[in-house]
Amino acid sequence: MGKFILRRLLFQVPVLLIGVSLLLFLIFQMAPGDPMTQFFADSQMPASEIERIKELHGFDRGPLYQYWDWLTSMLQGDLGYSFDRRQPVTDAIAPRLAPTFMLSFGALILSLIVAIPTGIISATKQYSKLDYSLTVFSLFGLSIPNFFFGLLLIYIVGMQLGWLPISGMTTAAVEFSFPWNIIDVLRHLIMPVIVLGLSSTATFMRYTRSSMLEVIRQDYIRTARSKGLKERVVIYKHALRNAMIPIITLMGFQLPVLFSGAVITERVFGWPGMGTLQIDAVHARDYAVLMGVNMMLAALIIIGNFLADIAYAYVDPRIRYD
Amino acid sequence: MSRVDTEQQTAHPQENSELSEEILSPGKIAWRRLKKNKLAVIGLIILITLSLGAIFAPWLSPHDWTDTEASIRNSAPDSEFWMGTDDVGRDVWGRLLYSGRISLTVGLAATGLRLLIGVIMGGLGGFYGGKVDTVIMRIADIFMSFPFLPLAITMVAIMGPSIYNIVMVIAIIGWPGVARIVRAEILSLREQEFMEAARALGISDRTQIIKHLLPNCLAPVIVAGTLGIAQAIILEAALSYLGLGVEMPTPTWGNMLNAAQSMHVVRELWWLWIPPGVCIFLSVMSLNLIGDGLRDALDPRLKE
Repeated sequence: MGKFILRRLLFQVPVLLIGVSLLLFLIFQMAPGDPMTQFFADSQMPASEIERIKELHGFDRGPLYQYWDWLTSMLQGDLGYSFDRRQPVTDAIAPRLAPTFMLSFGALILSLIVAIPTGIISATKQYSKLDYSLTVFSLFGLSIPNFFFGLLLIYIVGMQLGWLPISGMTTAAVEFSFPWNIIDVLRHLIMPVIVLGLSSTATFMRYTRSSMLEVIRQDYIRTARSKGLKERVVIYKHALRNAMIPIITLMGFQLPVLFSGAVITERVFGWPGMGTLQIDAVHARDYAVLMGVNMMLAALIIIGNFLADIAYAYVDPRIRYD
Repeated sequence: MSRVDTEQQTAHPQENSELSEEILSPGKIAWRRLKKNKLAVIGLIILITLSLGAIFAPWLSPHDWTDTEASIRNSAPDSEFWMGTDDVGRDVWGRLLYSGRISLTVGLAATGLRLLIGVIMGGLGGFYGGKVDTVIMRIADIFMSFPFLPLAITMVAIMGPSIYNIVMVIAIIGWPGVARIVRAEILSLREQEFMEAARALGISDRTQIIKHLLPNCLAPVIVAGTLGIAQAIILEAALSYLGLGVEMPTPTWGNMLNAAQSMHVVRELWWLWIPPGVCIFLSVMSLNLIGDGLRDALDPRLKE
């Protein structure tokens, strides 16, 4: 087990990180011009002076040098400088991390809370009306584009019913005192979390159902039943533990889905996270920020998958990685 | 004893009648199973309806979707304009039908290209194994480490928004999923006896892959492709909603939803954004239903 973790940490994770950074760098090499050209687009500076500054920043060197420069400074926690925002990329990303995490993990937790119990019920009452309606619900969740669902919620819950705020993270121009400022953020969080969590909920529900169905057909469950254990104990104590194992891997796979969904959910609800930052960066052609955000998200996903692998190996002693 | 005998005797003619039935091709068996799956049939009907609407768009819309009419901007649905008009006075119903053409075509084209790359990469990796496989699968892992939408947004930002770039981006980001499926399938097929026979007969690698291995991978690829079209439609719509998809004024469902970036449109002009949203939802749902149905229908382990 320790060997397995170490091997992954020393080989697979670094290989992926370098591969990811190389791929990103290659993509950005396709971009026309360099960030400095835009920066100096409407300056009065003489061309020779601009060249000097470009040299200073290494833009006159070959792509290999630039990549090496970017990689080594990234390893020291420096993601480059945004000429559009006139601040380091890390400073641009830092205040956006908390809102995006709040949204993504809120959605992940909500989807697990909803999906696991309903998935179990679906499996234990297979082919019942309840199972059927939950299947239809998960189909709905997997098929509706999240931005359209978000707009529908804004229209119905936010505008027609007026129950919840439709945009932003806090109420503008109002200062709340201690408990109310948190409640204010939570009220803003409800709809985005539901929107972002919907497709994950549907996915988790499907997997919990099929995983549970597979487990309750196994011999040890029949043994548990024939011992005279209560159905509740059989399902929730004996079956659930094994049925949850595949869900751990699935949680790793849901990370990219959540980060993808967060971009567009943030846009719909004006949520000030990394997705909003990214879309602003696209419109400003701010490649440094785009590169930084993508690198950051990819690194988070690689780490998330690594943790999911470890957790998987830990909870399932049948798994041997040799 | 005698009772058992008579039972066997009566059983025989039945067996004979079953044998004399036509021998079904795998495709026909799958089609028969699919027809029995109610949800898949519903999906098929929805998808065919949407496609027919797109194909026959010119005959189904009384107004030309490109006509602008300043005097009837943003008018609500009425008997003249069944789904109202947009901010420059274009007929929403007509645009909705034409959008189907672009949105469905982009989904099909992107998925076709994605399958092509994925099948080639997965086929090569699975067949040759060793270093080729390691390199291809590591590249696939690298692509799969990115969240789909942020990478797509970034690539579109660099390549510029256009119909062709959207198709390319979806294919380039999506191929690893297909490659993994094909690779896994080929790895298990390679060990089977018919492939051993093929190798013993000295059949060339090319023929082994194209004639013997790939046809056996068809079932999972068809399922992945069907669900892939749904994903591609959603991705195109998301990019277009963000203003990074197909260039305006080409009508796509996502481009129509782009109007809903304005909260005024969301609040007052529901006919501009709800119909295209419903169309995306219906097409994606129908493809998901068909994909799920195909997965069951093509599974040789399931018996009728």
